[in-house]
Amino acid sequence: MANFTPVSAAIGGALIGLSAVLLMLLTGRIAGISGIFAGLLDVRSDDKGWRIAFIAGLMLVPVVAGWIGFGMAAPKLPANWIVIAMAGLLVGFGTRLGGGCTSGHGICGIGRLSARSIAATVVFMATAIVTVAITRHVLGG
Amino acid sequence: MWIVAPLICGLIFGTGLLVSGMVQPAKVLGFLDIFGAWDPSLAVVMAAALAVATPGFMLARQRAGPVLAGRYFWPGKSDIDMPLLLGAGLFGVGWGLVGLCPGPALESVATLSPGVIVFVATMAGGMILHDRWQSSRPAVRHDEPARVADG
Repeated sequence: MANFTPVSAAIGGALIGLSAVLLMLLTGRIAGISGIFAGLLDVRSDDKGWRIAFIAGLMLVPVVAGWIGFGMAAPKLPANWIVIAMAGLLVGFGTRLGGGCTSGHGICGIGRLSARSIAATVVFMATAIVTVAITRHVLGG
Repeated sequence: MWIVAPLICGLIFGTGLLVSGMVQPAKVLGFLDIFGAWDPSLAVVMAAALAVATPGFMLARQRAGPVLAGRYFWPGKSDIDMPLLLGAGLFGVGWGLVGLCPGPALESVATLSPGVIVFVATMAGGMILHDRWQSSRPAVRHDEPARVADG
């Protein structure tokens, strides 16, 4: 567990929870990123304003952090473009079919004590763990 | 200006992802890799987020409505059905392949990394594909646009 960073994880996690509570208390919306983003892609949706504002805030963070000297490194991704594209498709399709992602089910849903979200979180954690086990330890990627 | 509220919430959410290290796929994959050099940080992130969100949502429920909008948009579904389990399963496979989920992926667009842009574009494609497929199936979940999803 040499990479374990409990203090920054706890501070960051508390901020994520605070954001979810504030969004609900102020605007009545659930801070589920896949749902917020999908609503922007839906031509029938007539409530794009708050969605654009939330995602703009999210995207501005690395920019502002860079200005004050905490520049964010580009994420390390697999070299294979097909793997990246496959993963993107699975995340997009899966979060819509399942009605949420790590934030919507994992934090907001469990935070509401929803059995549905607890089930979803157990399933996506399990398939993600199996996927990593296969790619890292079976295929040796 | 009510639009400032979701903007600030997005800033706080993104700061939380950045501070916790969850914007780095290596950190997320370190948590998912329980057979390797396991990094429990993601579990601490979730526990801390829930420690704030659970009482926060209870507080919200005690109020008649949100401060800046007409009503709460609480998710309506409670049943554990096949689409939920299948969708979550597919999402987990994609998440495990690269270590990106929607929040960190969108936040990382700011780094202009070509890989992230491909990921976000195909993620949007997957969402559109799903929504087209659903609306092409008559009478089955036809009247469920994005805004009534869980999150």
